[in-house]
Amino acid sequence: MGEMNSRSVGVATPQRAGFLEPLILKAGKTLASYELVYETYGELDADRSNAVLVCHALSGSHHVAGYYPDEPNKLGWWDNMVGPGKPIDTERFFVVGVNNIGGCHGSTGPGSVDRATGQPYGASFPLVTVEDWVASQARLMDRLGIRTLAAAIGGSLGGMQAMQWTLSFPERIRHAIVVAAASRLSTQNIAFNDVARQAIVTDPDFHGGNFYAHKAIPARGLRLARMLGHITYLSEDLLMEKFGRVLKRDEYGFNYDVEFEIESYLRYQGDKFAQVFDANTYLLMTKALDYFDPAKETGGDLARALSAAKAGFLVASFKSDWRFPPERSRELVTALVASRKAVTYAEIDAPHGHDAFLLDNRHYHELVAAYMDNVAAEIDAGPRRSPLAVAQTVLEEMRGYRKTEGE
Amino acid sequence: MQRFDFQLIASWIAPGSRVLDLGCGDGVLLAGLAATQGVQGYGVEIDDTGVLASVKNGVNVIQRDLEAGLSIFEDGAFDFVILSQTLQAMRNVEGVLREMLRVGREGIVTFPNFGYWRHRLDVLQGYMPVSKTLPHSWYDTPNIHLCTVKDFRDLCRKIDANILDERVIHAGRQVTVLPNLRGSLGVFRFRRA
Repeated sequence: MGEMNSRSVGVATPQRAGFLEPLILKAGKTLASYELVYETYGELDADRSNAVLVCHALSGSHHVAGYYPDEPNKLGWWDNMVGPGKPIDTERFFVVGVNNIGGCHGSTGPGSVDRATGQPYGASFPLVTVEDWVASQARLMDRLGIRTLAAAIGGSLGGMQAMQWTLSFPERIRHAIVVAAASRLSTQNIAFNDVARQAIVTDPDFHGGNFYAHKAIPARGLRLARMLGHITYLSEDLLMEKFGRVLKRDEYGFNYDVEFEIESYLRYQGDKFAQVFDANTYLLMTKALDYFDPAKETGGDLARALSAAKAGFLVASFKSDWRFPPERSRELVTALVASRKAVTYAEIDAPHGHDAFLLDNRHYHELVAAYMDNVAAEIDAGPRRSPLAVAQTVLEEMRGYRKTEGE
Repeated sequence: MQRFDFQLIASWIAPGSRVLDLGCGDGVLLAGLAATQGVQGYGVEIDDTGVLASVKNGVNVIQRDLEAGLSIFEDGAFDFVILSQTLQAMRNVEGVLREMLRVGREGIVTFPNFGYWRHRLDVLQGYMPVSKTLPHSWYDTPNIHLCTVKDFRDLCRKIDANILDERVIHAGRQVTVLPNLRGSLGVFRFRRA
């Protein structure tokens, strides 16, 4: 779908929705009011059945597709997936991207001003969970007049939200597309998250989370957290292929300066991230990842935890992803099968590691496109060859055969 | 495409059954069974092209190597487990048949019959057989475990599978006289003894 990818939703316009109804959080605290910033692409159809929610991962935002007039070259984070003629086709679907509560791209988060104090929330911002996000997203859907989602889709932490939608609101979602995710983090994954958090909280500029008041940012910690994360989002092969052992100069310098290309790359990525991302958001997002575990309430029985779901599932993993490896997706699929859900599972051969869910891969995009074709047919949102039509062809073949046999 | 074997399989499967189709390819068998008999279930396919085609055909497909076992399926989870023209390309034939008996109430297997007279004739003339059911040359065939109808019967006995029905077909019709000689495709239905 090469040429298709050049098509874009065009100029994107962030919108804001304020909510005065308190949100009771899983942690027991209450967010008295909050704002969500979101973007939409495509048209909501007359019966409001064609909405697709795109859930973002740790560092994503509501800016899923298209571009802003002042930055025409900077596309939304999933622009290759969402757009006209793209796998999530905005000619057929009304697509919603929303920045989660606790984020740092415009929705209420630790850096927002707490109306009660007139100061940024900082350390006082409550920890929010995947369940809380889904609850707040559902309220945004209410506001947009969307009763039922045609689908929710997300990668990584975003996939967890798509999954949670099927459990929190089984009647309000037809399909969940869960990419490079897990039904709960592995021990190793929690460990990585904690190292990242330690890097941040031990930065002297962190000030216990209230760094806004000190006009500081814990850039060193955030940078380290991002560097560590970045390594885990890529496969070893890809790193080797991309950077090898290439040096910035011809010879070893026998000092601690930046020498290998990979060092230079990671530091650049870390610095860039530390300038734009909020440290408290990073902490909060990694905690939301750690806490997510639907089977916790059913004594570890994931199949039972998923029994409430009514949606169809597309689960996809990437063979080179070692942060959210195929085994984790298979656990989810096993449980979905055990609870007799409609599920399709694909293990995609992409070399990039965890980041593959964001990148171009023909087979991956064709799969999502084919799945979304079926979703579109279900809600009557556009032409395609339905399973029934296919079955009818098979039937005709069988009948035709019987005839020849009888002759 | 003449799929008399699909027709035969469809006639064995009760409406509304839970069906697992191992090596489902493009998923047309399951799509057909779902439309005509309202069956529910999954296809299992290792190949990317097959997985994509199955999704396009509206089939729930799970990408998995059958050689790795069927551990994602619980004991007795299905009424029928189908293995259609896949057995001959598998490394661990006995293992997959045992797994079929574990996850399903009944198993249905179809395979090219090596005992078909043309195959025997080819071998008698000194060559590896090439035919409609065995279309590959010896050097590029995916088939590593070819058997005759009699061989398969023996294996069923070994793994304690009761054969409920067995048909041998050729060119879209059932062969009743000298089936192991005149039939090119074996179709067996069996269950745990």
